[in-house]
Amino acid sequence: MFSRSILSKQFARQAAAAATPAKAGIMFRPAVFALSQQQRRLLSDQTRQAITKAVASAPVVLFMKGTPETPQCGFSRASIQILGLQGVDPAKFAAFNVLEDQDLRQGIKEFSDWPTIPQLYVDKEFIGGCDIIVSMHQNGELAKLLDEKKVLATETDAAAGEKKE
Amino acid sequence: MAETAITESSLKDALTERLKATYVEVADMSGGCGQSFTSLIVSAEFAGKNSLKRHRLVNSALKDEIAQIHAWSAKCQTPDEYEKEMATTGGNDGPPLDGTDEGKVDGVDQ
Repeated sequence: MFSRSILSKQFARQAAAAATPAKAGIMFRPAVFALSQQQRRLLSDQTRQAITKAVASAPVVLFMKGTPETPQCGFSRASIQILGLQGVDPAKFAAFNVLEDQDLRQGIKEFSDWPTIPQLYVDKEFIGGCDIIVSMHQNGELAKLLDEKKVLATETDAAAGEKKE
Repeated sequence: MAETAITESSLKDALTERLKATYVEVADMSGGCGQSFTSLIVSAEFAGKNSLKRHRLVNSALKDEIAQIHAWSAKCQTPDEYEKEMATTGGNDGPPLDGTDEGKVDGVDQ
């Protein structure tokens, strides 16, 4: 149901590279929130199942605006950069572009009980949004979590990546 | 649904009242795509809660407000944490600006 962008081998390199200027991206869309409370809460079984599947599609899953290669929002960009800096194994990562699917875009907010995008899941557990990803990156909790969950690229992979630079 | 104007001060008042915040700083980071705010919230209610629970508390306190704006960012500290950070950074504690372009959310409405 949802398109899946799997990070390329260049992920770490690109993600660690300097940020390109933001060109597009918003966190919310007022028109959508003009819907009634009832409509807002409506999360169909179909969407819920699709999101459950998406969350389980990889050990590390990021719901974001845009793609890892071309984030469409500064917060999504910051989050993907941090996952790259942490050295998340591209083979253990999946990103879902909420801009490609309105059901996903609204549904994920209700599914996670979280009002903003991006949203990070590790081992099917909701970790948080950009603020939390940044603070966990800064205080070392994210490195610890990713290490414990064994989702980081091996040193051999990382070395191979660096040689390509 | 009637939408009242959301401002730095209305958010500050709401947080002070609903979270019994002892210190609140709200900064407008609106770029080209609508209202966006970032905040530093100091409240004793954050004590004993991890980061996720603190943010959930704030999201819940500002549910209607956040639903009306484009972007929302927050840093949640207890009074002790705030004092420590002020002391170690020489008074340089404030709302997070990560993910913004020099403090502004840059983007188009889509």
